[in-house]
Amino acid sequence: MTATLEAPQTQEPEAVVETPKSWKMPILLGAVGLISFVVFGLGTPGGTETRFVLSQKSDALQIPVWHAPAQPFAIAATLALIALAGLSAWASANRRKLGVWLPIVYGVLLVFAILMWAGAGKSSTSIQVTGLLIGAVVLATPLVFGALAGVVCERSGIVNIAIEGQLLAGAFMAALVGSAAATATGSSTAGAYIGLLAAPVAGALIGLLLALFAVKYWVDQIVVGVVLNVLAVGLTNFFYGTVMKENTDLNQRIGLPDLPIPVLSHIPVIGPVLFDQNLLVYTMYVLVIVLNVMLFKSRWGLRVRAVGEHPKAADTVGIKVNRTRVRNTILGGAIAGLGGAFFTVASGLAFNKEMTGGKGYIALAAMILGRWSPKGALAAALFFGFADSLREQFGIIGTSIPSQFLAMLPYLATIFAVAGLVGHVRPPAAENQPYKK
Amino acid sequence: MKLELKGITKRFGTFTANDAIDLVVESGTVHALLGENGAGKSTLMNVLFGLYDADEGEILLDDEPTGFTGPGDAMAAGIGMVHQHFMLVPPFTVAENVMLGHEQVKGPAKLLDLAAARAKVKEISDRFKFDVDPDAVIEDLPVGAQQRVEIIKALSRDAKVLILDEPTAVLTPQETDELLAIVKDLRDAGTAVVLITHKLREVQAVADTITVIRRGKVVGTAEPTASQEELASLMVGRDVSMTVDKTPAEPGDVMLAVEDLSVIDEDGIARLKHVSFDVHAGEILAIAGVQGNGQTELAEALLGVVPTTSGTATLDGELLTGKSIKETLHSGMGFVPEDRTEDGLVATFTIANNLILDLHDVAPYAKGMALQPRVIAEEAEEHVKQFDVRTTSIEQTAGSLSGGNQQKVVLAREMSRPLKLLIASQPTRGLDVGSIEFVHKRIIAERDNGAAVIIVSAELDEVLALADRIAVMYHGEIVGIVPPDTDRDTLGLMMAGAHEEAAA
Repeated sequence: MTATLEAPQTQEPEAVVETPKSWKMPILLGAVGLISFVVFGLGTPGGTETRFVLSQKSDALQIPVWHAPAQPFAIAATLALIALAGLSAWASANRRKLGVWLPIVYGVLLVFAILMWAGAGKSSTSIQVTGLLIGAVVLATPLVFGALAGVVCERSGIVNIAIEGQLLAGAFMAALVGSAAATATGSSTAGAYIGLLAAPVAGALIGLLLALFAVKYWVDQIVVGVVLNVLAVGLTNFFYGTVMKENTDLNQRIGLPDLPIPVLSHIPVIGPVLFDQNLLVYTMYVLVIVLNVMLFKSRWGLRVRAVGEHPKAADTVGIKVNRTRVRNTILGGAIAGLGGAFFTVASGLAFNKEMTGGKGYIALAAMILGRWSPKGALAAALFFGFADSLREQFGIIGTSIPSQFLAMLPYLATIFAVAGLVGHVRPPAAENQPYKK
Repeated sequence: MKLELKGITKRFGTFTANDAIDLVVESGTVHALLGENGAGKSTLMNVLFGLYDADEGEILLDDEPTGFTGPGDAMAAGIGMVHQHFMLVPPFTVAENVMLGHEQVKGPAKLLDLAAARAKVKEISDRFKFDVDPDAVIEDLPVGAQQRVEIIKALSRDAKVLILDEPTAVLTPQETDELLAIVKDLRDAGTAVVLITHKLREVQAVADTITVIRRGKVVGTAEPTASQEELASLMVGRDVSMTVDKTPAEPGDVMLAVEDLSVIDEDGIARLKHVSFDVHAGEILAIAGVQGNGQTELAEALLGVVPTTSGTATLDGELLTGKSIKETLHSGMGFVPEDRTEDGLVATFTIANNLILDLHDVAPYAKGMALQPRVIAEEAEEHVKQFDVRTTSIEQTAGSLSGGNQQKVVLAREMSRPLKLLIASQPTRGLDVGSIEFVHKRIIAERDNGAAVIIVSAELDEVLALADRIAVMYHGEIVGIVPPDTDRDTLGLMMAGAHEEAAA
């Protein structure tokens, strides 16, 4: 009776229980592939060409315009979609797991086929690839900030549905303070920068309210978040209709200037897309990297994650659970508020009623798709930003698809991405659970 | 280090959990705190650890009064605690869990020094032969290893006093022996160990001093040489019979036939793997095993709460699989769930209503759409009397009853239908000795009435006391079905996955 722990090793291999085969993925991919083949592949008129423009006039190195024969490429791409669906079916039949590369390649091919179809035979317009990508980064910016806000809050166990309200409040505060500062200093650029500093304050205030009700009064965090969103809409609408309407000086169109980074901004395609942006976008790059390192490699991050996963365990080693949660919720609010500046001062626009248009909820989806990591949130937000940019591009090219359906594109992409790509994700275990001693 | 508790009193509302408790723990000794579930042992230790504030009394360390405001203070003072429910963050690695709260950092960016944490884990693990990999993720480790991580956590903070709260509740008999050996090593290294338990065997094995607590008060101290009967009567307050009276089983025909049953959970993990067995009328089949080896899933699959991916279960010739839960209950199954407060009762409902949860829509309790309160009340009075539920009124909410009385309500409801099969999961978990005796008697009576009975229990004592046959589960499989006179060591090895022939 000494060989106690060796015992398990001597037994025969364990019985295998097979999971039922899942056909969801191949069926979805196959159906979309077949429809694409008929609509975009066969639907592209023969003998036409689609022009892809890769360089902008300001680029040092000019890449020639690509005149692609539309139909052969569209057919080839859609056939490849069907082939990928077949591969996915084979994998399901054999219970193999395919990597995340399959949906990514599939998506790229699908977009490629649609662009071929949309641009075929149009001599007056061309597909602006660089413009498409610039749009993706720009439109992703508020989503990245919103998703990072969600990551910071939820990793500590507080659900932040109020991102939408925080974005809106940030947009409002940036416009208000920025415009006042612009009038005072006489410089709209200086005003814009001051507005950028004011935006996080508004978001942090909403974060503070969320923390108060969630941590101190144990109110359901989702309910509080929704109420705070409505509150933000109501307050900004009121001040927009009163203060801003009466003093147009307090709601000016002021904008952050683009700051091209020397050398890097002249790289073809990548330069204008990544390195010819305004301060808010550069802040976003830094924030993603810093938060990713801090969350997974620092003392602060370890403690935050412990609080979000198992608050009692954190408490028993002397970590102040509720203090951590309050701080993170306020920090998250500030990050979302900063992102709100995108809508006004970073876009050169005046404040308008409910101008965030549900981006806060898409940011929440980006956070989930990104599996509660800053890096993942960035990737997911870029994906949604790309879908949005694609919609704009179609608007410019002009397609036979009604514009209302095109407007749905980013949201459809969100639903499919969250439902199909995410699969079974695991949020921080103590989310939405007040810590009571 | 000498730890002294003086006159500790802790009240929750009108309930006094600890009543002027005095306790002295010397370094290099093992002090056992013995008491039934709910006697106030854990509350006392949570006060000591700074998780609760005491209403009265003081804690002295080396004759110096302390003023802990939180667990951080207690730890800094050299007190470590291994909680009954482990305080480990499941997705973190061992090293991350051990460093949490007193992290070392390095470099200009002050990032975590994981290498130092790993080295620390390795050093302690090697010193006490724990065999713990610093990079293993907690949720992948067996509970025995998780417990050793908890001990490493305490030792890495230089704990001079180590509190172990019901440490063996989740361990196999062999793991228990290993833990007790570790406790002895720690004591010999000069640590003061406080062992909180209600298991007499462990107390006798390692304790140097024994303090017995009953209903929040110290009722006496005992020498480690005291007999089990003496300790038990001190703990319970009256003489207790340590055995269950039962006549040999007279098994009839096969009542329940389970064939090739498998369950896969939401995460795609197989919890039950092609399980087959029979239970005869008039016999008790006890399912033994360390918690989380598929027992819960087996019981719930038979009821139909969790979907099965393969196999069949047949009760008295009728197929159970595919039936709705209601049909299954009406075909003669009684089900006592393992978590009575969560799954067995509606805590905010009255006792009377809880007693008819399963029969609320049939005569005589209902007529058309209306409930029949008079009939329900009469029946409830009858059940409360029969099952000795200690309550002032049947209109009291189930949540206000003690654990033992709640369990009696569940049993009363489940046994009010004519039963062909009774499944009882952890039927006596957390109950006082008096209630345990009652529940055991009722279960045996059901067997003698000709029902097939399945008991799922993590307590080997209970399994050995009740079973006519014992099925041992490991990793979702039945590793063997053995007679009730099988010795503990063999059962322990089987609970760790060894097959019957290899274990015997």
